[in-house]
Amino acid sequence: MLGKTANGLFWMYRYLERAENTARLIEAGQRIALTRLGDSDAEWRSVLESAAVLPGYLEQHDELTKDAAIDYLLRSRDNASSVMSCIAQARQNARLVRTAITGEVWEATNAAYMTARDVLARKVSERDLPAALGTIRQHTALVRGMTHGTMLRNEIYDFARIGTFLERADNTARILDVKYYVLLPSARAVGTSLDNVQWETILRSVSARGGFRMEYGGRAGPREITQFLILDKRMPRSLAFCVSKLKDNLRYLGAGDNGTAPSLQKVNHIERMYLSHDVEAIFDFGLHDFIQKMLDLMADLSRQIEIDYRFYE
Amino acid sequence: MTDTQIFDEMWGSDDSLRAPYQKFHDWFSAEDAARLRAKQREAEKLFRLTGITFNVYGRSEAEERLIPFDIIPRIISGAEWLRLSRGIEQRVRALNAFLADIYGGQEIIKAGRLPAEMIARNEAFLPHMIGVAPPGDVYTHIVGIDLVRTGPGEFYVLEDNARTPSGVSYMLENRETMLQMFPELFSQNRVQPVQTYPADLHRSLGACAPAATTGDPVVAVLTPGIYNSAYFEHAFLADQMGVELVEGHDLRIVDGRVAMRTTRGYKPIDVLYRRVDDDFLDPLNFNPDSQLGVAGIMDVYRAGGITIANAPGTGIADDKAIYSYMPEIVEFYTGERPLLENVPTWRCSEPEALAYVLDNLSDLVVKEVHGSGGYGMLIGPTATKKDLAEFRKKLKARPGNYIAQPTLSLSTVPIFSRAGLTPRHVDLRPFVLVSPEGIRVTPGGLTRVALKKGSLVVNSSQGGGTKDTWVLEE
Repeated sequence: MLGKTANGLFWMYRYLERAENTARLIEAGQRIALTRLGDSDAEWRSVLESAAVLPGYLEQHDELTKDAAIDYLLRSRDNASSVMSCIAQARQNARLVRTAITGEVWEATNAAYMTARDVLARKVSERDLPAALGTIRQHTALVRGMTHGTMLRNEIYDFARIGTFLERADNTARILDVKYYVLLPSARAVGTSLDNVQWETILRSVSARGGFRMEYGGRAGPREITQFLILDKRMPRSLAFCVSKLKDNLRYLGAGDNGTAPSLQKVNHIERMYLSHDVEAIFDFGLHDFIQKMLDLMADLSRQIEIDYRFYE
Repeated sequence: MTDTQIFDEMWGSDDSLRAPYQKFHDWFSAEDAARLRAKQREAEKLFRLTGITFNVYGRSEAEERLIPFDIIPRIISGAEWLRLSRGIEQRVRALNAFLADIYGGQEIIKAGRLPAEMIARNEAFLPHMIGVAPPGDVYTHIVGIDLVRTGPGEFYVLEDNARTPSGVSYMLENRETMLQMFPELFSQNRVQPVQTYPADLHRSLGACAPAATTGDPVVAVLTPGIYNSAYFEHAFLADQMGVELVEGHDLRIVDGRVAMRTTRGYKPIDVLYRRVDDDFLDPLNFNPDSQLGVAGIMDVYRAGGITIANAPGTGIADDKAIYSYMPEIVEFYTGERPLLENVPTWRCSEPEALAYVLDNLSDLVVKEVHGSGGYGMLIGPTATKKDLAEFRKKLKARPGNYIAQPTLSLSTVPIFSRAGLTPRHVDLRPFVLVSPEGIRVTPGGLTRVALKKGSLVVNSSQGGGTKDTWVLEE
């Protein structure tokens, strides 16, 4: 397989994942704005921060408003992480790796693009927003489904999965990074209704409300949320889950070379050093420092994968 | 020429249904126009979803256009095809022998059948190829012969495409679409299959592997990249053959071989089906600014480390000035009379010819010797006075740059329009594969159709469409 193709697959699936994540962040933001408990503008600020696009937004807008924030996250061509840009880039990468993916995956990706282009052709009104986001998420889910259902389990699939889980881990870590202060032990005692809304927003941003309820019932506290989103290996968006999938796929890729690839060693190190303890150890380390560390480690791992598998040279 | 002379492939010249269209006509007469219109829209949707689009030169990268597809097939009888394919095979054999000679002993010049300056002063002649023997002595692995028809048995070769003929993906996807939309038509008519083309291409390329090959030949398709107008076709062919689609920056010379960068290091390529022009193939040997090729590939090629398909320098054979000598060329190398006609051609480099062309400009088609895609040509009968005056100037300034031909009354085939079946002019590009194992002509080819009434320009870049082309079993 060409290094260029591995790179294209990696980014195709990173962008698909990012499109879904951005869509989910918009949904969660819209939801909290409707509860009227918090300061809505501050919430949109943290949504833009979680999507890592706040500086770009501020470059183009004088003030932070809900409508402008949603439009920037959803449709802006100037925002490389907007839902529209992500889907367009996923498709562009799919064209580049057309020979590596099945016809079904290509057509699903192309259909997702054509649908998004239609649905997002004009500014989406508040009333139409849930339906628009729903349609788009359905289409990206179709790509995921076709990937599962039609692709061979070979290195092509491994690179698709690696792109997916690196992006997902990064996304979960960034949501925690922006909201870590509501999860700190000092905030625990408070438990105001505002805190409750904040906690729920975090869970909503990673589609984890149902799973969390199933696991913890009504005992929703910051300690449990932190445990769930960082360490729970059954939760498909937790850092531990993503890292364990990265490890699996890097191990399959390295099957021929006795596990000597530096990227595999790095992912093993991340799991052993940072994700094998209990949640108290994380609070002792400092939640914010821990999340910062995870973001750095993920970026470093991504770079190492590029080198090990000759993405560029 | 007047309308009465136009030959329609369905209705002949006298409005009587021709035999190959009999069963199709029965089917069509029983069909409902609204259903067919819905099918036409369905076809367009299928094409969009599959992504069979092309980028228009000079437009923004975002613009991907669909080549219009017409659902009425063009039907050729088995007997007609047999005659045609023999002529095509003969012509392709001659083209290949001509190239071997031109880059070898140049016997045809010594024999006085072709003026020496036709080669020596030709931009398409590639001195780097002198004395190089390509593996299997094949120069033109993939050829497209453009044909037009003017009567029941009258076919003319309009152009030979011996460099990198494109359009084969449309031939395949058009058939695929027709099979999906009208399966019943294929049970009623016995249509010769085209679907083996990718496997045939793979096999044919593999059979031309160089001496350096160990084990099964590794084939790859070289594309200029995702923004090239034919990128879809490059990806399509690589996908269908199950080989890698590479760009220049994926390749490097390693241990005297051209190798591609894989996730496991560099892996040698045996046969490169390149869809990059000669000029961009090797920045060391040709255009030094090229980002699309591989530095040093020509040196590996000359040393027998790789097969390049088509061979560099094949442009000399499809040059429009050389075209006018094709009857002599066919006869010289095959010892046979040409089975396919050439369109009579005036070489404007010759003073008498130029004088004739200038006197009869409004009846002629004038083409640039090196042009393609329907750009830079003059169609006399439909040209404005201003166009004619401009071309007169151009012809006088650089006569050697032009040839002229009579305007042929191209045959028509019906398209499906609001008014039902309406005749439109067509041409045909059959695709030919050449290897030491033999010459294979895929039954059918790409039919291009001018969608505007009366128009003779079928190029997709100029608003032409395509049709599925059927060759019936005998």
